[in-house]
Amino acid sequence: MSLIKGRTSDWEIVIGMEIHAQVTSAAKLFSGAATEFGAEPNTQVSLVDVAFPGMLPVINKRCIEQAVRTGLGLNAQINLHSVFDRKNYFYPDLPAGYQISQYKDPIVGEGMVTVDLDTGETRKIGIERLHLEQDAGKLIHDMDPKHTIVDLNRAGVALMEIVSKPDMRSADEAAIFLTKLRSILRYLGTCDGNMEQGSMRADVNVSVRKPGGELGTRCEIKNVNSIRFVKQAIEHEARRQIEIIEDGGDVDQETRLFDPVRGETRAMRSKEEAHDYRYFPDPDLLPLELEKDWVEKIKASLPELPDSKKARFISDYGLAESDAAIIVADREDADFFEAVAVGRKDPKLAANWVINELYGRLNKAGMARSETPVTAEKLSDLLALIESGDISGRIAKAVFDEMFDTGEAADSIVEEKGLKQINDIGAIETIVDQLIVDNPQQAAQVKEQPKVMGWFVGQVMKATQGQANPGVVNEVLKNKLVG
Amino acid sequence: MALDTDAVRQIAHLARVRVPEADLEVLAGELSNILTWVEQLNDVATEDVPAMTSAVAVSLPMREDKVNEGDHEDAILANAPDRVRDFFAVPKVVD
Repeated sequence: MSLIKGRTSDWEIVIGMEIHAQVTSAAKLFSGAATEFGAEPNTQVSLVDVAFPGMLPVINKRCIEQAVRTGLGLNAQINLHSVFDRKNYFYPDLPAGYQISQYKDPIVGEGMVTVDLDTGETRKIGIERLHLEQDAGKLIHDMDPKHTIVDLNRAGVALMEIVSKPDMRSADEAAIFLTKLRSILRYLGTCDGNMEQGSMRADVNVSVRKPGGELGTRCEIKNVNSIRFVKQAIEHEARRQIEIIEDGGDVDQETRLFDPVRGETRAMRSKEEAHDYRYFPDPDLLPLELEKDWVEKIKASLPELPDSKKARFISDYGLAESDAAIIVADREDADFFEAVAVGRKDPKLAANWVINELYGRLNKAGMARSETPVTAEKLSDLLALIESGDISGRIAKAVFDEMFDTGEAADSIVEEKGLKQINDIGAIETIVDQLIVDNPQQAAQVKEQPKVMGWFVGQVMKATQGQANPGVVNEVLKNKLVG
Repeated sequence: MALDTDAVRQIAHLARVRVPEADLEVLAGELSNILTWVEQLNDVATEDVPAMTSAVAVSLPMREDKVNEGDHEDAILANAPDRVRDFFAVPKVVD
C-alpha cells in the first residue's frame, strides 16, 4: 500500500477520475459539421451546433458505434436502452443553454481496466460508466482586451465521459491508469488520445483518509490536460488536504483548478454558484435502442487489445514481461515489432533491438517512432545476418548506425564495407598461430591465468577489425592454448 | 406540492429570468397550483407500465458520419450582438 507521511500519521490517497475522450468521427454528435482540429474559427459550425431556433439534433451512428466499441474494450456492460438528457446551465461556450448528455441511463455501464503497477503487481480499476455527450465551444480570454471571444468549432463534437471507480491509491497509479486507458482507446481507434490538443482531458477526484478508514471529503480538480500534470495535481492536492486536516480543519468539497506554472491547485471562483443542472430527458431525441446483433458484430470486429497482445507476445515469442509491456503500449509499435520478429529465429533478440537500439536512437535524435529511417523489414534483414552468422552483434550495431543515418539496407552496407564475419576456422587458426609465436610468454600463462585468454581474443579481434566470429575464435584458442 | 418564494427566486435565477421581489409570492402560488394539478397523475396506477416516449412506433433517426455542413461563419455570426473578427464576442468571463 502506498501511503504518504503527514506530521501526525500516515495517510492514504483515494483517487477517482472522469475522463473526457473526444470520439474519433468525421462529423459531430448531432450535426453534419466537421470535427477536425485547428480549423479557422466558426467554420465548422452547423445551425444545430449554434442552437438556431427550430433546429433538431440527429444522432451520428458512427459516434454510437465508437462508444459501444469503447465499452466493449473496457470489458463493460453495453446498455441496449439509453437516454439523452439535457444538462442545463448558462455559459458563453454553450449556445443552447444546455448540453445534451446522458444522465440516468448511459450507453455503457460497469467495466474494468487492468493495470500493471511499477511494483510488478497488477491491479483492476473499476469503470463506473461511460456516456456520450456534446463538447462545448472554446472561450479565448486573452485575444481581446474587453471581450472573451468564442469559437464554436468544438461545440457539439462527440465526447465519451468515462468515469472510473475510486480505485486508485497514488498519483503513480492514476498516471498508469490514464496511460493504459489512452492506450486502449488508441488500439480501438475510438479516440486519438492527444492530450495537448484537448482530445483527452481528466477531472480528478482526490480525497485522503487514515489507511483503510472512512472516506474523506473529496475535491475535484477540473480539466487536467497531461498525464504529468495529473500526477503533480494529485500530489499537491493530497498534501494540501493533509495539512488542513492535521491543523484541525475540514476539507471543503469543491471544484479546483490545477495551475501548471505554479504546480498547485486553487479553488475555482465560480464555486459558490451551486450546480443545479435540472437534468431532464431531451424531448428532441427518442431513447437510443441498440440491436443485440449489432453490438455482437462490433464485438467481433474488435482488434487484439494490449492485454491479450502482451500475453501472446510472452507465450509465442518468449518475450520478458517488461519488454512485452513496452512494445504493446502502442499499437503501431506492436505491429512494427511483429513485422521485425516474424520469420526470425530469435524474437527476443528482435525485441532487444527494437527497444534498445531503435527506440534508443530515435529518442536520442528526438524523432517519433513513425519517423524511423530503418523500416521493420530492413531491421529484420539485419537480424537475419546476425542469425546466419554473417556478422557479429557488435558489427551489427555499426551497420545499424549506418542504416539509421542513410536508410540503406543492411546487406549492401555489409557488402560495401566488407564487414562480413570471418567464420573460416582455417583463417582464424592462422592468425592464432602467429599470435602464439609472437607472444610465447602470454601463451604459457593461459593455463594458470584464464583471463589471459581474454587478451588473446582481443588480439584476434584487433587483427580482424572485429570481424572474426567470437564463437569460432574462442573454440580455436581453447584448442591451441589449453588443449 | 407547494413552492416557496425562495425556490421561485432560485429557479428564476437559474433560468436567467428577472423577477421582481414583489412578484415572487404570486408566482409561487401559481406554480404550486400547476404542480398540484399535474399531481393528479399520481392517482393513476403506473407501476407495471413502461414509460411511453412516443405516440407512434418510431425509433431514433440516425445520420451517417458525413460532413455536409460548415464554412458559413458569416451566416452563423450574422445575428451575433457583438463579434471580433470571426469570433462571437461576449463580456469577459474568467475562471
